[in-house]
Amino acid sequence: MSSDGTADEAVAGPLQRLWTDVLAPRGWRTDVPVAALALLLGLGFAVSLRTERASDGLAAARPADLVTILSDLTTRDEQLQRGIAQLQEQARALDSGNAGVALETAREREQELAILAGTIGAQGPGVVVTVSDPQGSVDPDVLVDALEELRDAGAEAIDLSGVRIVTSSYVVAGPSGGLDVDGVDVRAPYVLSAIGDPQTLAEALAIPGGVVDAVDAGAGAHAAVAQRGTVRITSLATATTPRYARPEPSASTP
Amino acid sequence: MIPLVGLVVGLLLGRLFGVTAPDWLAPYLPIAVVAALDAVLGGLRARFDHVFDDRVFVVSFIGNVVVAVVIVFLGDRLGVGSQLSTAVVVVLGIRIFANAAAIRRHLFKA
Repeated sequence: MSSDGTADEAVAGPLQRLWTDVLAPRGWRTDVPVAALALLLGLGFAVSLRTERASDGLAAARPADLVTILSDLTTRDEQLQRGIAQLQEQARALDSGNAGVALETAREREQELAILAGTIGAQGPGVVVTVSDPQGSVDPDVLVDALEELRDAGAEAIDLSGVRIVTSSYVVAGPSGGLDVDGVDVRAPYVLSAIGDPQTLAEALAIPGGVVDAVDAGAGAHAAVAQRGTVRITSLATATTPRYARPEPSASTP
Repeated sequence: MIPLVGLVVGLLLGRLFGVTAPDWLAPYLPIAVVAALDAVLGGLRARFDHVFDDRVFVVSFIGNVVVAVVIVFLGDRLGVGSQLSTAVVVVLGIRIFANAAAIRRHLFKA
């Protein structure tokens, strides 16, 4: 175990060196002026920090810096003004032109969908089919066939004896003869009104072995198809809000 | 030890009184602080080198601060204030780094 001074000095840690070289008092004559300057430094530091934090930097900035900042701000202002002008231009364009067209298109589409959903009345060329059935020999499925045939032929709105036929409509045998259409008791003669191309609708019903033939095959039953220039459908279906289905945005058509 | 106390007291005073620099001083105070920091690190280094002299320290401290502030002030008058203050900060920064490196070698022998 060596105990000479050089070894001690080598072993001395940084803290010890800090103490002996720097922190150890050296007498008032040396320490006090140095301490006064250190106090000034601390004061200046704290005040600078505070000034820097209190000001937004502009008060302490030199004129040259202020000029630069002002010029930057002017440039930015010009850019933003240009942006405003562009956006106002767009707004005007949307107000006057394209937006009006888009709105019109949306309204038209809404009307089309309302007709398909049966929530508004409809009129147009079409056919009126009168199914007379005095002996009750027409089955509900004949009427269902008729409805499907009309749809296949492009009927856009269908009314069956005052009941608007929509996608959820059903036709079953009534409890006391006749038919039950969407919960409404319907009696013969059944009147089918359909809006679409009259020629196509009439041909679709009249194909051999088709609806007309099927009705006529029933005892005493007869189907009369009349093409009309104007068919009015005033019955309405109640639009139901889907309980489970929600719009899928990614798959919607514009 | 006593200078350290002085530094801490100065920091506390600055914080407690919540003074901000007056407008005429505001642009120069940070430069003065950096210059003083340079002088203080130089003094620390001198202590480690065992060549510290309080008179030299006081003169260099005040001289550093005055020269730095005067340079920046002149720069302001000449319209190159921001460039000159950058120059002063760069030079003082280099010196601070050099002194800090010397102090580190003394402290840690590395």
